[in-house]
Amino acid sequence: MEEPENNPKFNRRKFFATGLRASFLLGIGGVAALVAKRSIAGGMVWQLDPAKCVQCGRCATNCVMAPSAVKCVHVYAMCGYCDLCGGYFKPETKTLTTAAENQLCPVNAIKRKFVEDPFFEYTIEEPLCIGCGKCVKGCGSFGNGSLQLQVRHNICVNCNHCSIARNCPSDAFSRLPASQPYLLRQVSVENQITAKTPGR
Amino acid sequence: MIRIKTYKPLRPGGKKRKRLALVFLLFLLTTQFLNVYGVQRFPKPEFESGYFQPETLQPAGRAEMLAIMDVFFLVLSLAIVTWLVLKKRSRTGVFWMSLASLAYFGFYRQGCVCSIGAIQNMTLALFDKSYVLPLSAIAFFILPLIVTLFFGRTFCAGVCPFGAMQDLVSFNPQKAGPKLNTVLGLIPYIYLGLAVLYAATGTDFIICRYDPFVGIFRFNASFGMFIFAGALLISGIFIARPYCRFLCPYGVLLNWVSRFSWKHLTITPAQCIQCRLCEDSCPYDAIDMPVTGKNPEIRTATLRKMILICLLIPFFTVLGGWTGSQLHETLAGVNGKVRLSRALLQPAQTTGQPESIEITAFKSSGKPVSQLYAETSLLLKKFYTGGWVLGCFLGLVFGITLAYRMVTTYKTDYTPNKGACFSCARCVDFCPVTLNNNTPKLT
Ligand code: SF4
Ligand code: SF4
Ligand code: SF4
Ligand code: SF4
Repeated sequence: MEEPENNPKFNRRKFFATGLRASFLLGIGGVAALVAKRSIAGGMVWQLDPAKCVQCGRCATNCVMAPSAVKCVHVYAMCGYCDLCGGYFKPETKTLTTAAENQLCPVNAIKRKFVEDPFFEYTIEEPLCIGCGKCVKGCGSFGNGSLQLQVRHNICVNCNHCSIARNCPSDAFSRLPASQPYLLRQVSVENQITAKTPGR
Repeated sequence: MIRIKTYKPLRPGGKKRKRLALVFLLFLLTTQFLNVYGVQRFPKPEFESGYFQPETLQPAGRAEMLAIMDVFFLVLSLAIVTWLVLKKRSRTGVFWMSLASLAYFGFYRQGCVCSIGAIQNMTLALFDKSYVLPLSAIAFFILPLIVTLFFGRTFCAGVCPFGAMQDLVSFNPQKAGPKLNTVLGLIPYIYLGLAVLYAATGTDFIICRYDPFVGIFRFNASFGMFIFAGALLISGIFIARPYCRFLCPYGVLLNWVSRFSWKHLTITPAQCIQCRLCEDSCPYDAIDMPVTGKNPEIRTATLRKMILICLLIPFFTVLGGWTGSQLHETLAGVNGKVRLSRALLQPAQTTGQPESIEITAFKSSGKPVSQLYAETSLLLKKFYTGGWVLGCFLGLVFGITLAYRMVTTYKTDYTPNKGACFSCARCVDFCPVTLNNNTPKLT
């Protein structure tokens, strides 16, 4: 549909269209420029704050990944290596054996290993862990709180809006810069030193 | 719990300090102090057996390089598709490109971040000064818009994985008719408006929440999403690209930008000869039929129409705005904070029921209730303003849509509707005209 170049109506329309196009371009560019200052190349990732988490169990069920990208993470530096681990054993356990019925974890993802008398090391087998937080609750209530839930970034697909975040009752999720993607609770420096001092 | 009381913390006494442990401790100090917390019921033991405490692994996420690669592939595929549509006019080419995009942006990148969802990142960034957005979200938002501004919706033709997915199933597209197209075509505006409102108030990203295809890309749709995706794909057999035409909020922006596109795909490479061969070729009802001005309307009738339109548009805008503002409490009900405040405010009625986990979590957080209420009332104010803006926008859209249906533009040729056309280049193959001679290839 070629229109004659000398048609004034057509020229007017063309001018109008060019003007509109330019203003659209300015608008799109302007919006981009407004937000560009606050953007980072590496992007943001989702993480939960163990200090806010109440271990409601929704991390296990609300992630778009199955099993969830949220896993129990063991901060060994905080662990007491207890024989009676509040995160490993069910509260009513009588015998401290690795029998499946004694274990708090519904999928037996925690491995208990004897270190030296009377200490035991607990390791999370992350591929098995479903992120239900039962052990985290146990460890937090009876132990040192060294078991903590975290979004594992090697599994998380980094949804634009984390589907656990919108269901988390304690508002524990936030976006973190991808360069610092974990929010593990650490025991304070002084605490660690004093815990060690008696041995000196 | 009772057992625990009898449990004696084991205190290792007089143990040798292990140099290794100290080194590890120092390593810890330098690397991972993000959140310092100290409820140490049991001290850390000091091992005698040479036990080396394992490191707490913190695997990194996707490398930054890969985000740059996403943008690179976006630019590349936009360029290739645009070239295929406008220069090669090749449907086959566009089809293969759309499959490639489906594989990369859909199944490999698992549909995140996409241009449609990036609307929300942009909105949140505009309204929440503390929100830092990834550069790739900006790129995914603006690049397709800019390309569309110049060349039409080539993004929809062969880059968007949603479009490609639906194109694969459109075996038997039926005409929906102009009325149905117009009415259903209003839904994307509502969706866009709500998405912007909820992103601006930091409530939720509803486009991502109700993303029908992401479950397919990840092979793990929830039951509800599976039904939604299934319904879309099955209806997509008869109504080509139902999501694109009747839901996609980004499509609204593309539609408007495309109307002013500089070089848009044409059905014919040269001059339309009104052979009507392409008339039914578009599966999306995006071809505008010629409207010849055989009986031009009388001036007074046109004038009356114009006056009516000039009155109707402001009327619908204000009516919409008012309705929106009246609905703001309902709209705000989606917000978690607002819901929490409401739950806290009516504890008496719900006796007998156990306290909701949200309330328990809130109580244990130690945040003062007054602060929550203050935040909620601020949110409600935002929703009130947002309700007005959303309502005005929808009213305006409704008015303009009505006006559009009242006026007739006369034209002689078959042309793609620049707004609705996805530049898929299907119709191109139906046109018998060739570039060199203005006569049909076939007779
Ligand atoms: S949803 Fe929130 S409160 Fe529940 S387990 Fe996950 S982080 Fe903790
Ligand atoms: S961002 Fe997505 S994949 Fe990651 S934890 Fe949240 S829901 Fe799971
Ligand atoms: S209309 Fe929306 S979903 Fe469809 S191809 Fe375009 S951007 Fe993608
Ligand atoms: S290119 Fe042709 S067939 Fe494809 S959407 Fe546009 S008008 Fe319809």
